Amino acid sequence: MAIPVGTYGAAFGAASIAAGFSVLQTCLLSLLLFSGASQFAVVGVIGSGGSAMSAIATGSLLGFRNGLYGLKMAPLLRLKGFKRVIGAQLTIDESTGVAISQEGRGDDAARYGFWATGIGVYFFWNLFTLLGALGAGAIGDPAAWGLDAVVPAAFLGLLWPRLTDNKTRILAISAALLALLLVPFVPAGIPIIATALLAVVFGSREKK
Amino acid sequence: MSQIWIATLISSLICFLLKYLGYRIPESLLNRPAIQRINSLIPIALLSSLVAVQALTIKQQVVIDHRLVGLLVAAIALSFKANFPIMMLLAAASSALVYNL
Repeated sequence: MAIPVGTYGAAFGAASIAAGFSVLQTCLLSLLLFSGASQFAVVGVIGSGGSAMSAIATGSLLGFRNGLYGLKMAPLLRLKGFKRVIGAQLTIDESTGVAISQEGRGDDAARYGFWATGIGVYFFWNLFTLLGALGAGAIGDPAAWGLDAVVPAAFLGLLWPRLTDNKTRILAISAALLALLLVPFVPAGIPIIATALLAVVFGSREKK
Repeated sequence: MSQIWIATLISSLICFLLKYLGYRIPESLLNRPAIQRINSLIPIALLSSLVAVQALTIKQQVVIDHRLVGLLVAAIALSFKANFPIMMLLAAASSALVYNL
C-alpha cells in the first residue's frame, strides 16, 4: 500500500507546486485536508484559473463521501473526544475500505485495519507530498516532465475502479462532455461543480 | 489573504468538518437509498469532468495537445490493470515525449 500512496502523494505535491501553491500550502493541504481526490481538485481548479470559491466547492463535494464513511465507521470505532477528532481525520477511502473488508474477521480486526491503514497512509501521504513539492520546485517547466498530464491521469486512476456498469460509464461520459461544453461560457471551476447536478439526476431517477 | 490561502484553509476546514460530522449525526438522517446512490455517483461525475477539464482545456478554451496523449496512455495502462505508479509514470513520460518533440 505504501508505494502507490507514495507515488500518488508525490504526484500531488508536484502538481500543487505547478498550480502555484507554495510548499507550505501544499503540505498543509495534505496535513489538514487529507483526502486525495479533494486535494487534487482544489489545486486543479486553482491551477486552471478558477476562484477560491470554485476550488472550495469542488473539494468539499468530493469530501462529502468521507462523512458517509464516518457514519459507517462510528458504531464500529465508538470514539469519544480527541480520539474522535483523530479518527475522523483518518476516515478516507483506504481506511474505510480496509475496515469493511476486515469486518468478517470480527470487530477487533476491522478496528485494527482502520487505524493501521489510516495512520500508515497519513504518514506516507504527507512524507511524499513534501518530497514531490520539493522535487517539483527543483525542475523548471512542468510540461517538459509530463507533470501537466499527471493530474488528469491521477483523476482517471481514481475514476476507473468506480466505472462498474453502464450507468456509471454513461454518467462519466456525460459529465466530461457537459464540463467541456460549459468551459468557454462560465468561469473556471463552475463546469466541474455543475456536473454534480448530473449525478443527482442520475441518482434520484433510479428505481430499484 | 490570497485566493490560494483561502482555498487551502477553508477547503481543509470544510473537508475535516464533513468527516467529523459523520461521527456526530444520527445514522438514520442520511441512510436513505437515494442519498447513498447520489453519494456514490457524485465522485464519478466530478472526477470525470476533472479529467476532461485538466486534459483538454487551457484557460477557457478546449485545446488538444500533448496532455491528451498522456491521458490515452493512462487509459490503456488502466485497461491492462497497470498499478498506480506505472500508470502515472507512463502518462507523464508519453506526454513529456510529445511535448519535447
